Amino acid sequence: MTILQFILWSVLKVAVVTVVMLMGVAYTVLLERKLVGRIQNRWGPTRVGPFGLLQPLVDGAKSFLKEDIIPTGVYRPLYLIAPIIALGCALISIGVVPFGEPVSIAGSPHLFQISDVNIGLLVILGVTSIGVYGIALAGWSSNNKYSLLGALRSSAQLVSYELALGLSLVGVVLRTGSLNLREIVEHQATHGILTWNIFGGMQFFAFFIYLTAAYAETNRSPFDLPEAESELTGGYHTEYSSMKFAMFFMAEYANMITVGCVATLMFLGGWTSFFGDLIPPPQNLFIHACLPIFWFVLKVFCFLFLYVWVRGTLPRFRYDQLMNFGWRWLLPLAMLNIVATSLWLAFRPIH
Amino acid sequence: MHLILFIVFAGFCLAGAINLLLQSHPITSALSLIVVMVSLAVLYLLLGAEFLAAAQVIVYAGAIMVLFTFVVMLLNAGREERTMGSRAARSVGFPAVVAILAVIATVILKAQGLGAARLSDGLTDVNGQTNLDLLSTVLFTKLLLPFEVTSVLILIAILGAVALASHEGSMEQGSGIRDQGSAVALVRHGDGDGERRADQ
Repeated sequence: MTILQFILWSVLKVAVVTVVMLMGVAYTVLLERKLVGRIQNRWGPTRVGPFGLLQPLVDGAKSFLKEDIIPTGVYRPLYLIAPIIALGCALISIGVVPFGEPVSIAGSPHLFQISDVNIGLLVILGVTSIGVYGIALAGWSSNNKYSLLGALRSSAQLVSYELALGLSLVGVVLRTGSLNLREIVEHQATHGILTWNIFGGMQFFAFFIYLTAAYAETNRSPFDLPEAESELTGGYHTEYSSMKFAMFFMAEYANMITVGCVATLMFLGGWTSFFGDLIPPPQNLFIHACLPIFWFVLKVFCFLFLYVWVRGTLPRFRYDQLMNFGWRWLLPLAMLNIVATSLWLAFRPIH
Repeated sequence: MHLILFIVFAGFCLAGAINLLLQSHPITSALSLIVVMVSLAVLYLLLGAEFLAAAQVIVYAGAIMVLFTFVVMLLNAGREERTMGSRAARSVGFPAVVAILAVIATVILKAQGLGAARLSDGLTDVNGQTNLDLLSTVLFTKLLLPFEVTSVLILIAILGAVALASHEGSMEQGSGIRDQGSAVALVRHGDGDGERRADQ
């Protein structure tokens, strides 16, 4: 494969993944509005298109057409760059996620993964940790005390929960012996649901820790203190309007999808089916390539459903409860999980 | 390709470092430092040390610098004032900087093979093993003692920080409670007075 082919394939894959991701973001918003609506015994959006299916497109058009106000007191360069950092980091980290089995046609690289990096997991964690700056700088540069409070809360919360998040994944990494996301999935593939890390790998606690820390990392309820409406008007994006506000909004949902993808890859067996190798792979090449995608999307969808369900159910934590929970419960639990997993791996009867 | 990337990111790194010194606003300086750190991570990556690069981004750019910016925001530090520096700084500092740079440059120029060596030479592809495998093997066999000593050192630092913080915290808390108590007493006193007056 020449370098030109490589570049063309990469551009194609990036374009497709970006478009799919943005559509995913738009329809996750709709999913959330519909589901929260049903939880609260109302319909959610129904007017635009059948079942309100065109609502996200209309919302997008609305945010484009709204007046873009830049308040006078803001620190302009940072105010302008903050939403770009937030959305950019949210979209970049999807680049190392494998969506399906490694399939290649006519000398192409893997079709369903933009780049197969052997430190894929660390890339995702690193890019996510840079994403904090989007929120922190937005809050600070807005020159508004509510925004600043939101930003401070957010940076403290993200730094605290990042530890628990990273440590909860160590158990899985220990079991696989690799940071490559493709290898982590292939390690879980053999016996379907029994060898997924969450069940067969005894990583149930790790999954719970990851889930909780991920909610905090993405600023989602019940940990949505950086944008607590009742205390901070809007939180870190109070002073943003039009498309800049929409960029923060999209970044939040893109992060949700990325977190769902990582949970699927690390704990739920990635693109493998519930039955693993117990059923023979289909002969048709097209079905063989696309069935794994179906499983992957199904698992991510379940994760997003859970996200919305939690949001519709649990009340918001108080700030001291948030910090206590993160440092006194999740972090020690994650460390215990690492110790237990290491002991199991060292002293297990069969190798 | 590597050379182009190296030049670009080394340029970023230097520009960030110079910007860090020139900016008068603490936040912009902190952000320049982040640019320096991320460009350094890319340089590590070009040398074939991908784990080091990821650790650099996660630990330095993602955690430590967040705390830096956090503190700057919390203190709401304003612009710094520009001074030309004292006479001592000008007369000793500049020659000292030139001398140090000259020493470093001579060392680098003497060690001719330095530019050709790559971190990855010792660390990749012995038999299909990744950088990470080899790094952890080295870290937990040959370099076990320094590794553990460093972690103990960091643990001591953490304990020290906790001890300092909790000591101050308890003192403040104590005085706070005492103040609150006296305030409550005053309020009660006041209330009592009010009632008595109302009675009268």
